[in-house]
Amino acid sequence: MTEFYRSYLAVAVLILAAIGMVGFMLGLGRLIRPVRAQEQKYIPYEAGSDPTGTFGQSNVRYYVFALLFVIFDVEAVFIFPWAVNLESLGWFGLVEMTIFVVVLTLGLVYAWRKGVLRWA
Amino acid sequence: MWEQQVAFWVIAVAMAGAAIGVVRANNVVHAALFLIVVFAGSAAQYILLLAEFVAWVQVLIYIGAIIVLFLFGVMLTRAPMREERGKLDNSQRLASAVVALFLFGVLAVFLIDAFGGTELRFRDSMVEVGSAASVGDSIFRQFVIPFEVVSMLLLAALVGAVALARRD
Repeated sequence: MTEFYRSYLAVAVLILAAIGMVGFMLGLGRLIRPVRAQEQKYIPYEAGSDPTGTFGQSNVRYYVFALLFVIFDVEAVFIFPWAVNLESLGWFGLVEMTIFVVVLTLGLVYAWRKGVLRWA
Repeated sequence: MWEQQVAFWVIAVAMAGAAIGVVRANNVVHAALFLIVVFAGSAAQYILLLAEFVAWVQVLIYIGAIIVLFLFGVMLTRAPMREERGKLDNSQRLASAVVALFLFGVLAVFLIDAFGGTELRFRDSMVEVGSAASVGDSIFRQFVIPFEVVSMLLLAALVGAVALARRD
């Protein structure tokens, strides 16, 4: 087994330990707790008062924020490989990255100017 | 090499089980949670292939962002919850089984045809290839134009979303 896999074995062990621990605690709780089913217990907790109906459909406006998040997440992914090569790429890399960021900023400016970023 | 094989099969079985969970879940939020397991499994497979950077991109983009998009989609549409159990189901099981088997067959035939005899022997020196530094090297030295085209693609997605979400 190579050194690379060995270093990720620690990650695998951590994940398995986490799953095992949570499974053990939930399983133990299920084994030893008393079960007295009551209708009231299955109502979602909503700040002490009974919930009113099903959940409401949220506004499509919030979806833009999720999509903005995805797009700038993708941008961040491209910034990482540039950042680790910052010195070897020099000015050329800086210009390339500036163009990339400016193009995406245009989209943000468009969204802002169209007023979809307002919460009201 | 056997450790890698064992890891591959463990992850692959977990992914397949979670993928079945995605389509079988009665609650769309549970389906999204199963999807996280599938994405995490594919990230682990990338690690096995020494593609470290791609693996963490998978975690960042798919688990971090795509699932958020899914949950927003669930909130936007009136997804069936507890009281409407069974509404996510339909009677297309046979058709979907045929499509799934057909897709599996096509993928299996083409992948075995293309890579059937290939045997990968990983060494520690290969870890470098999957790192962020070498990915950045090829993006900014060989694929500069595609990289800039990606920014246009993302801009198009952004403008499209804004156009859809506007009231007027």
